[in-house]
This record gives sequence, structure tokens and C-alpha cells, in this order.
Amino acid sequence: MTAPAATPTGAGVPPELAPGRGFRPLAAVGRLFAPLPGVVALFGEHIILLARALIWLFRRPFRLRLFLDQMEFVGVGSLPIIMLVGFFTGAVTALQAILALSLFEQQRYVGFGVGISLARELAPVFTALMVTARAGSGMATELASMRITEQVDALTTFAVNPVQYLVTPRLVASALMVPVLCMVFNILGLIGGYVVAIISYQIDLGQVLELFRHGVDPIDYFQGLIKAFFFGVTMATCACYQGLNVRGGAKEVGLATTRAVVSTSVTVLVLDYLLIQIMNVLFPYGGM
Amino acid sequence: MAGDLTTRDERWQIRIRDLHKSFGAQHVLRGVNLDVERGKINIIIGGSGQGKSVFMKHLMGLLAPDSGHIFVDGQDIIGLGDVAIGKIQRKFGMVFQYAALFDSMNVVENIAFPLLERYRLPKTEVMERVRALLTRLDLASTAGIEQKFPAELSGGMRKRVGLARALIDRPEILLYDEPTTGLDPIATKNVDEMIRRTADEFGVTSVVISHDMASTFRIADRVAMLYEGVIVANGTRPEILAAPHPVLREFVETSGAVRFGGGPS
Ligand SMILES: Nc1ncnc2c1ncn2[C@@H]1O[C@H](COP(=O)(O)OP(=O)(O)OP(=O)(O)O)[C@@H](O)[C@H]1O
Ligand SMILES: [Mg+2]
Repeated sequence: MTAPAATPTGAGVPPELAPGRGFRPLAAVGRLFAPLPGVVALFGEHIILLARALIWLFRRPFRLRLFLDQMEFVGVGSLPIIMLVGFFTGAVTALQAILALSLFEQQRYVGFGVGISLARELAPVFTALMVTARAGSGMATELASMRITEQVDALTTFAVNPVQYLVTPRLVASALMVPVLCMVFNILGLIGGYVVAIISYQIDLGQVLELFRHGVDPIDYFQGLIKAFFFGVTMATCACYQGLNVRGGAKEVGLATTRAVVSTSVTVLVLDYLLIQIMNVLFPYGGM
Repeated sequence: MAGDLTTRDERWQIRIRDLHKSFGAQHVLRGVNLDVERGKINIIIGGSGQGKSVFMKHLMGLLAPDSGHIFVDGQDIIGLGDVAIGKIQRKFGMVFQYAALFDSMNVVENIAFPLLERYRLPKTEVMERVRALLTRLDLASTAGIEQKFPAELSGGMRKRVGLARALIDRPEILLYDEPTTGLDPIATKNVDEMIRRTADEFGVTSVVISHDMASTFRIADRVAMLYEGVIVANGTRPEILAAPHPVLREFVETSGAVRFGGGPS
């Protein structure tokens, strides 16, 4: 890496660091916050896209095939990876739980520990992240390449609204399929936990089930599914926004995909925190 | 060019007033004024990168201008909402410079797209209309073309499939962005004839961007030239031939296809 002063034109050097102007700390701090209005505007644009996609959901024509295609892409397409990740997440959680619980000789609580962590946290978040890596990135890439080859404009020339045709089906499919996949993740996670705890550590199944039934409530699953629903909406919105707003060529398509994955992942984690806070008020945790 | 812009005019279907568009620091359209004549072939010529494609995309609301107005049958299309602009766009069809075929669909699905989107037609009728167009555009002789995907077609074939897709529902106004660039002489002649026939038989208003001076002065009813962001010359073909603007004269004569003073060679 060359020092800024060595770059002949000084291109890329922020003005307050340019040679001969002295270092101005206030300006540098100011620059740290310079992207803030941009982030707020960006957030607003995502919300507008989401709102337009929702409005177009209720306008004619209804193209059922597009919705089914997207559900297949998001749901069926992600099934193998979700099952794999779900199984190992459950297994690993069980391993760690047994380790911690054995300090108190209370290994029989493993079913409760695995079940509640999966239901409330691990299944929705991991599902969202895995589906984003697979389907969200695919959506962004597809829409971005349609944009730069003018296929999005071509839709408009047939008086087909691109938001209705491209965004709405992806949004609906993600909002419905991420919760379904989250449930699959839960089931496979419990199977993973079962394999570790019952088969490999030979903890008594009767006691484990008893405590699981006692401690894990349908409300816990319900909360996880609510989160998964919002994560699905987030993924489709971020992916479609990045895809439709691309300018340039192949390189920008790649960048759009990267941005879609990063922005979805960050938003999912922030949203997770907010949703937990909200739901803790709505459904106070009953405990064991 | 007088008259109330906000009422439907019998002669001028699209009226563009003082249209400006910049991309960053680049001021591409610098106050374009043009009237497009109903049912006629209106050809726009101009050097590469002068903003012809950008201008054409404004006509049907694919790009929004920085300022200016576009009246289609007396309705200003600038600033309309999703639904209102959709109604206007229904009048238009467009042939893109780089075809812009849907690459997830095969040739038949691409061409039939406008019909399938708008009407419930029996499958046999759709196929009949698709095949008729394939034949008229010299595409039918390629074995198995119907099931091919855009990535499997040559540039010229892609272009003609794009043309077929724009023509199949026969819109009121057709925008062609360089429909013949990259085609061989025979295909060029056929496409030219097709544009002429479509205009004559169905009264379609055609706006054509062309780099081919010979065919421009063969099929055009009106010719306009876009130069440095404004329309520098504009008139019927005889008017242009009789008294060409100096910039247009130089541009056209360099091609060697047309001599001024004595009419088309
Ligand atoms: N989306 C865009 N973003 C930024 N600049 C653009 C965009 N589209 C076009 N331009 C610029 O506008 C100018 C005009 O482009 P346009 O495609 O209209 O040219 P053209 O007259 O159609 O040329 P050609 O005959 O080569 O097709 C070009 O300099 C181009 O760089
Ligand atoms: Mg062009």
C-alpha cells in the first residue's frame, strides 16, 4: 500500500487529509457521520419499494405462476441446505448444553435447552441467513442482470409493472417460505439434538421429553415464526432493491449481490433485537 | 407547431417540449423540441452517443427528464403515477437497440409475451401469430428456433425476435431503436419493408432511430437530427432534401448514400 502522499493525483484522498492542508480532526469526525443521511435515505427507499410491492399485490392481473415459481425457488430450493444446517445446529447445541449441564448433573434439561434456543433464536436467524446466502443472492443477481440488459425496461414497454411482476412474487414467496423453512430447521434441529443426547450420550428420553414439554411452549415457536416472516420480507426487499438499482455492467452485478447479502444480514440481526424487545412485552416469558 | 398542447391533435401524436436530461455532469439532452406525426415514419438520426436512445426512452416514460414535457395525445406523461403511466404505455411498443429479450424465456414465449400478458387467447391462435411473424422476419427457416433461448441466438436473430415481440400486439405507436444495425443487406431490406408496411397498413405512428442513411431516405416520412442535445434539423423528407441543415448535410453526405440538391440517388 502506498502512502496517500505518494499517489500522484491525490485521487481518493479525502480533502481534509490532502497534502498541504493540515489535518483537521473535526472534519475527520464529521466525515465519519457523513454517510448517516445517506443511510436514512436508503432505508426510506427500501420502505418505499416494499410499500409499492404490497400495493401491487392487490392489483390485477394476478400471475399465480410467478408466485409458485418463486416459492419453489425460495422454499424447495433451500430445503436441502436448511435441513443440513438445522441438523448440525441442533446437534452442536445439544453437545454444548450437555457440557454445561453436566456441571450440575442436570443433563436431562438438554431437550428443553435445545428446543427453546432453536425455537426462539437459532432457527429463525440461521434460516434467514442461509436463505439469504442462497435465494437472496440469487434474486439480486437475477434482477441486476435483467436491469443492465434492459429486460426491466422491456417489461415496462408491455405495460407490465416491474415491481408487480418481479418484486411482489419474490416478496410474498419469501415471507411465506422463510417461516416454513424455519419450522423445518426446528424439526431437523431437534432430530440432531436427539441423536447427540439420546443415542450418543444415552440420556433418559422420558425425562428429557417431560422437561421439553414442560418448558417449551407453542408461543415460543410462534415468536420464532413471526421473526422468520419479517426476515423473509427483509431479504426480498433488500435483494430486489439492490438488483433493480444497479447501474453499469458485470462488475456492478457482483457488487449488487454482495450488498444485498450484507444489507440483509445486518438488517436481520438488528431487527432480531428489536423484535425480541417488542415480543418480550407482548408475550412475557413464562419460564419453566 | 402552434396549438394547444393539452388537447389531442389530429396531426401530431407526440409533442416534446424543452426536454432536458443530465447524467451526473454530462448534459445529454439540452432542450429537445420535436413533434411526431401520427401514422407516419419519423426517423431520428445523429452521431453515436448524442443521446438518441436516451431520448427515445423518455418518450414512453422509461426515463424521467430533469425538466420538460412530453404530450402523448394531449396528455403530459411527466410525473404520472404507476397506474396512469401504465395506461399511456399500453399505446407503445419498443424495439430495443440490444433486443432486451427475456433470457429466462424461449423464442416463442418471448414473442407471445405481450399477447399472453394482455388477453386470454387460445394457444393455437397465439402460435399462429408467432409463426406468421417468424416467417415474415426470415426466422422460420432456422431449425428448432422456436425452442431456443436468447443466449443461443445470433445478434441479428435476437434483434428480429425483439422486433417480432414488439409487433405482435400491433401498438398504436412503435419506437424502433436501430432496428437494422447489424443485419445483413437482405434482412435489412425486409425489416425496412416491414416498418413501412406496418405504418401504411395499420396507421402505426413510428419513431425510428437509424444509422443507415440509405434506408432512412428510402422509408422516412419525416427526418429529424439530434446534435449536441438539441434537434437541429426537422422536416418532411422532401423538405430536408431540398434545404438540408449544414450539420445534417455533412453527416448524411459522409455516408455517401444520399446526394442533396438532386434528391435521393
Ligand atoms: N443510464 C445512463 N447513465 C449514465 N449515462 C448514460 C446512461 N445512458 C446513457 N448515458 C450517456 O448518455 C449519452 C447518450 O447515450 P445514448 O445511448 O442515448 O446514445 P445514442 O445516441 O443512442 O448512441 P448510439 O448511436 O451509439 O446508440 C452517452 O454519452 C452515454 O454515456
Ligand atoms: Mg443508441
